[in-house]
Amino acid sequence: MAQTVLHKANTRGGADHGWLKSSHTFSFGSYFNPERVQFGALRVLNDDTVDGGRGFGEHPHDNMEIISIPLEGALEHKDSMGNVATIERGEIQVMSAGTGIYHAEDNKDKSLPVKFLQIWIFPNKRNVTPRYDQKKIDITSTPNQLVQVLSPNPDDAGVWIYQYAWFNMASLEQKHQIEYTIHKKGNGAYIFVLEGDVEINGQLLNKRDGYGIWDTEGFTVFANTDAEFLIMDVPMEF
Amino acid sequence: MENETEILVVGTNEKILQVVLRLLRANVLWRATGVSGVDEVLSGCREKVYDVLLIGAGLTDEEEERLSTEVKTIRPAIKVIKHYGGGSGLLFAEIYLALGTKNQAQ
Repeated sequence: MAQTVLHKANTRGGADHGWLKSSHTFSFGSYFNPERVQFGALRVLNDDTVDGGRGFGEHPHDNMEIISIPLEGALEHKDSMGNVATIERGEIQVMSAGTGIYHAEDNKDKSLPVKFLQIWIFPNKRNVTPRYDQKKIDITSTPNQLVQVLSPNPDDAGVWIYQYAWFNMASLEQKHQIEYTIHKKGNGAYIFVLEGDVEINGQLLNKRDGYGIWDTEGFTVFANTDAEFLIMDVPMEF
Repeated sequence: MENETEILVVGTNEKILQVVLRLLRANVLWRATGVSGVDEVLSGCREKVYDVLLIGAGLTDEEEERLSTEVKTIRPAIKVIKHYGGGSGLLFAEIYLALGTKNQAQ
């Protein structure tokens, strides 16, 4: 029988650094809740808003798959491997931090905030050579369909990471539904609602709610309103 | 100070190691020491009682495995943690979970 966990948006941890406002689905930084540490290999799901002209100065990471998905605005990325790039809504960025990487992420627009998801997945291999990539994603021109934006396979659609994880996004019109099949035995899926209201197996989810489901082969997402969401299909043990 | 937690951190990336040590030392109840190799960890554990060994980046799989087993032989009560993330994001939760959530004052 399927097991589930519900994280309503207003129960997330919060951090307000003035220039950065972040909602943490799982324990992060100074927010610690032993009941909310991870969903399988999904360890961090931060919903960040960065003020215009501000950003994350250079800081290190190691041994983590770090994925950023802009929702509004654009971020400029610089890292210790020499990459300089801008990512904006309609793109996904990935860093395999491995043995160590330094990077900075800045909102170059002086007046408008940038909103983005920061997602960390535990890698299935420690101390890999660091790498960076970004790709276009388009969910609006193909409504009512799943769009794969991440996988474990370099030759597959979207970016890839060192973990048996698959991310799909979708823009679902009101009263439409999508069937989702979990990719790998032992994986579970964590659904994060970006816009609108959806139901999964009868569970109502509103904007920014999170819902984990595992010990099942799949589920149905039904849109009560026009909606956008992200499905993160990750190993429950790794 | 009574109730201080002694944390030994090992990692080969000196810059990241220094960041992790600085973050740990911001907690007045944590005393953090950094080293860069397996032999230093083992000799350190023979000389002093550490509560936590935090394994950072840069060691081989064999070195990580060796640490996990040999340190436990020297200090059976030590908590051995593989650190992920390289900064403040997960660091405190990793330590709190290892210690059973005590010592959270900063």
